[in-house]
Amino acid sequence: MADYSWPEADRRAQIGARPARLDGPVKSTGFAKYPSDQNPRGLLAAKILTCPHAHARIVRIDTSAAEAMAGVRVVHVIQGEGSEIQWAGDEVAAVAAVTEDVARDALRAIQVDYEVLPHFVTEEDRDQAPGAREAGERAEGDPDAAFATAHRTVERTLGMPQMAHMCLEPHGQVCSWDGDELEVDASTQAVSTLAGQFATELGVPASQVRIRTEYMGGGFGSKFSPDRWGIVGAELARKAGAPVKLFLERDQEVTVAGSRPSAFARIRAAADEQGKLVAWDSDSWGSGGLPGTGQTPLPYVFSRLPNRRTRHTSVPTNLAGSRAWRAPNHPQACFLTMAVLDDLADELGLDPIDFLERNLDLTGRPDTYREQLGIAAEMASWKERWQPRGREREGAVQRGLGVSVHTWGGRGHSSNCDVTVHPDGAVEARIGSQDIGTGTRTIVAQVLAETFGLELHQVRVSLGDNVYPQSGPSGGSSTVGGVTASTRRAAQDALREVLVHVAPRLEAEPEQLLAEGGRVFVDGDSSRGVSWREAAAQIGGAPISVQGRNPGRGRLISSGVGGVQIAEVEVDIDTGVVHIERMIAVQDCGLIINRRLAESQVYGGLIMGVGYALYEEWIPDPVSGRLLNADMEFYKLAGLVDVGSLEVHMMTGPGYDERGVIGLGEPPVISPGAAISNAVANAIGVRVPYLPLTPDRVLDALAGRGGPA
Amino acid sequence: MRPFGYAAPATVQQAVGLLAAEGSEALAGGTDLLSLLKDDVEPVDRLVALRGVAGLSGIELDGGTLRIGAMTTLQELRDHDGAIAALPALAVAIDGVASPQLREMGTVGGDLLQRPRCWYYRRGFGLLALTADGRSMVTEGDNRYHAIFPAGQARFVNPSSLAPLLVALGAEAVVHGPAGERRLPVEALYQAPQTAEERENTLAPGEILAGVEANVAGSRSAVYEVRQRRSLDWPLMAAAVTLTGSEPRAEKARIVLGHAAPTPHVAAAAGDLLSGQELTSETVAAAADAAVEGAQPMSGNRYKVQLARTAVRRALGHAAGMEI
Amino acid sequence: MKGRRVTDDAKRSGFSRRSFLRGGAAGALSGGLTTGLLTGEAGAAAADSEATETVGPGPVDVELEVNGATHRLAVEPRVTLLDGLRHRLDVTGPKRVCDRGTCGACTVLEDGRPIYACSRLMIESAGRSITTVEGLGSPDAMHDVQQAFVDNDAQQCGFCTPGFVVATAALLARHPAPSEPEIEAGLGGNFCRCGTYKGIRAVVAGGKGGGVSGG
Repeated sequence: MADYSWPEADRRAQIGARPARLDGPVKSTGFAKYPSDQNPRGLLAAKILTCPHAHARIVRIDTSAAEAMAGVRVVHVIQGEGSEIQWAGDEVAAVAAVTEDVARDALRAIQVDYEVLPHFVTEEDRDQAPGAREAGERAEGDPDAAFATAHRTVERTLGMPQMAHMCLEPHGQVCSWDGDELEVDASTQAVSTLAGQFATELGVPASQVRIRTEYMGGGFGSKFSPDRWGIVGAELARKAGAPVKLFLERDQEVTVAGSRPSAFARIRAAADEQGKLVAWDSDSWGSGGLPGTGQTPLPYVFSRLPNRRTRHTSVPTNLAGSRAWRAPNHPQACFLTMAVLDDLADELGLDPIDFLERNLDLTGRPDTYREQLGIAAEMASWKERWQPRGREREGAVQRGLGVSVHTWGGRGHSSNCDVTVHPDGAVEARIGSQDIGTGTRTIVAQVLAETFGLELHQVRVSLGDNVYPQSGPSGGSSTVGGVTASTRRAAQDALREVLVHVAPRLEAEPEQLLAEGGRVFVDGDSSRGVSWREAAAQIGGAPISVQGRNPGRGRLISSGVGGVQIAEVEVDIDTGVVHIERMIAVQDCGLIINRRLAESQVYGGLIMGVGYALYEEWIPDPVSGRLLNADMEFYKLAGLVDVGSLEVHMMTGPGYDERGVIGLGEPPVISPGAAISNAVANAIGVRVPYLPLTPDRVLDALAGRGGPA
Repeated sequence: MRPFGYAAPATVQQAVGLLAAEGSEALAGGTDLLSLLKDDVEPVDRLVALRGVAGLSGIELDGGTLRIGAMTTLQELRDHDGAIAALPALAVAIDGVASPQLREMGTVGGDLLQRPRCWYYRRGFGLLALTADGRSMVTEGDNRYHAIFPAGQARFVNPSSLAPLLVALGAEAVVHGPAGERRLPVEALYQAPQTAEERENTLAPGEILAGVEANVAGSRSAVYEVRQRRSLDWPLMAAAVTLTGSEPRAEKARIVLGHAAPTPHVAAAAGDLLSGQELTSETVAAAADAAVEGAQPMSGNRYKVQLARTAVRRALGHAAGMEI
Repeated sequence: MKGRRVTDDAKRSGFSRRSFLRGGAAGALSGGLTTGLLTGEAGAAAADSEATETVGPGPVDVELEVNGATHRLAVEPRVTLLDGLRHRLDVTGPKRVCDRGTCGACTVLEDGRPIYACSRLMIESAGRSITTVEGLGSPDAMHDVQQAFVDNDAQQCGFCTPGFVVATAALLARHPAPSEPEIEAGLGGNFCRCGTYKGIRAVVAGGKGGGVSGG
């Protein structure tokens, strides 16, 4: 059997091109129906009652008044008397009713008596944390000796708080039963794996659970499971005998449906006279809510740093458990590491780019980073414009430049794809993946069109449904590799079958034939050919259908990328307000399928990064234990006019393409926190130790006051 | 939202009659009230819609007197060339509401009488946010956006975009109620509640704000807001100044801080310091220092003292047309 | 603050649709400000005794125009324009995200002006004309702004997109080639999570859409 591969660069019509996303028109006209837009006949609305206390025991729960209300169909107790609640916002009961307003009325009628217990929600000061767990110490080399003889050492305490996923479409689903069969319109990143989880919880065969997600309004790592509200929604629908729509209210979405763990660390790092890193000692801690959190990988990127010791403490808090947030652990590790290295460069009197370059042998891909640092510096006019800290300054507004490097894996996940060629020439792919906004639908179509030599409008892609062949959840930048590989394998196999049928007519061997430009013809003699339609007609009466898989043979994908980002900021030193002037991203991701969508991923990463660098944080109240900003008013996302000018350089072409397809969703969101923090330090001459870089923190740093606000 | 009744009066008299009943609340642009109802912060039995009430909407510039109806939207005011030319600082204050949707919906009266954004208040802990045993949740909790000039137990801040400027101008509020019309200085619309039952405005049951009237001749005003985001974001601090008298000397200076105290905070000492003085970087800096004298920052809002100083300095600079 | 609960419903109060629509037509007064401003005397001659009647909390008849079609429906006063559109009329382009007048995903045009539909009661929009993103264009006949969103990849998950499209159309109708402060003022009230601002900037820079249909 022939092997699987991507076409050579000069033969690519679709791959690497910039076609617009296929679902653009339905989205920009509002015609796209998201799971929360589904309004099936007889629909009931469900709402969830949550606990207002961060730690409490349910003493008594009385639902009788709610049950008696007109329009209420089902009242369901989720956690009954005696249950211990561990975070504010945890689910206590649910109601399905004829309208949302009636369901909310019913929630207010449910009487719950709580015994309120002590809570702990602010992990910055770990010494006060009950239940903090030390995760042990790891050491390599002799850090103490290395510090003792080092030329320069810096010591910093740094950190970033928990933050929210803030998916615009809240978590939730519409559940409809037909006998024992359940249909779920879910806002999920995992159509192929959700059914089994629903089935287990509900006691029905997985084959009787249908999951559909044609469109969904953002997940970022928080939408991989049915969640308790999914199971409750299905139970309500079963009891009511009617479809039930249950989507979280915004405050619930912010509080329980996804957060990124915090990360704090006291770090010492040292270098020798040549500016080579020689020692590292970090004592980190953080929280991902009640489960605490694992260790962030320190030192980040420069992981071959000799003489290092790392300790970590996991701090549980009375907050809902964290979830995978775009590039789990990396933004935190990147900030903690790059900020310390940046301060060390300053201590050494070195340009930070020079300092990083001197130490690239401590990274996993020195050549990539060296090339990327060069390109990024050029784009930023770094050599002409960068100035050391502590320079003479005039006026309130100070400018600064900062740099950071990052890495990610991005190997394609397991994926299956059915490709069918119909005798009339129609080509379609069916795949149990989902388009979470990254453009999966479009790139699968491009692979199809490329393989068969067709235009995008001549192929059809069906996804977002678990009746299609199983494909992995969209997380960890694994989708693009997974779906393009499975699609390419299926498409190449299907094409070969077609060519076997066409070859006799063209008096050629199948291996001599090419499918390009809407035709099938003999390689080297394009006059000997037929249109694609005629070619397809040769297959006889029945369509050809082939399944392709990933992983599989052929070098279609790989993993492991590097990226460099530079931030340029303006800081008003009289107000502490930071404004982004410019963000530059240099990123590699192997073979790019859709240049436009790839760039959009990087722009999106930069923008999300500006958000957590400047604005975003969970603000838990030490007094009540509740989140004080479970809304979009004081939980602040970056707006259109807050992100400055964005420039992206994709590392593509010879030397990069040969590696095949590698995921891109995560890497660009890793560096912004570090690059922006470094730019602010460059502008104002001191490190602001905590993210986000809010005016209070900036002014505290300028005034020489440490510590979180 | 809980169920409520709805009435849409056509005249001020009808509105006053409807609002005199307990449990009735005036509905203007809705951008604040609907959120309060959704969050179940304030119980309401009936909304009295002011959108169709005659005589509450519009702008008149009569010599040096600017009259603005309470139901005038912020966008209508922003688009009124005469008003903006007479009082350019209005544009700054309105543009601080960086959302066309809010400017189109929000009204002048609604801006002046919107309820505090204090996150304890909005979560049902009351305006004073006291625990059952009388401790302040604000001082013990997260107070980064709270008052640096608390008044008794009140530690929220007045969020109005227009109030500091109107107070600095010495504008009057026109109020209609069961007893007819009364006029009062805009600053007298506000009070710092000292009990859980009191509100932060001084309107009596049945009273509605009909509009405001200000003399805009012979003075120079400016507004400076410190906002973290350029997109829609509450100011962290705001200052409004009005200077009367011919340049360079200010015969009289009025300096008012927003987002600093439970009411628009008149920095009287700072104003007095400048009155009769020439504005120089020295006198302006002295006024900025005087404006924050007596500030009582809490655990997390010390930075707002610095912001207040800066806002005063920059507002004075803009008003005087000087580089600060 | 607890008081008498008002229980009249539309039918018993005799609160007719016609008088209701008049009550909502404040726009008629916008030109006639020469007399009566702030005096409390304006409109006295036109006073309609019915207007002081209270309707609700039960369903009230409301008539409004949505994307060119007139709809009559009975809604409780507490139903927001957004929820009425989405749940009662199945007009699901406008999205419910923050539901507190901050994020912009529910942006629609009311008589041509951009508003947050989550913060308007549907009863307050009675007698008015509402244009949602679906009313600007359809996949086969896109409004220029919608086409520009596609061309510039100004959308990822697409959930903020309907609100952004409407806000952008409103901005460009007002300022066909907006300055930076005008962009700040015009698009500061919409937020995206995926990070599509680069594309939206390109849409605005293209200056397309100098006319909003349906408004």
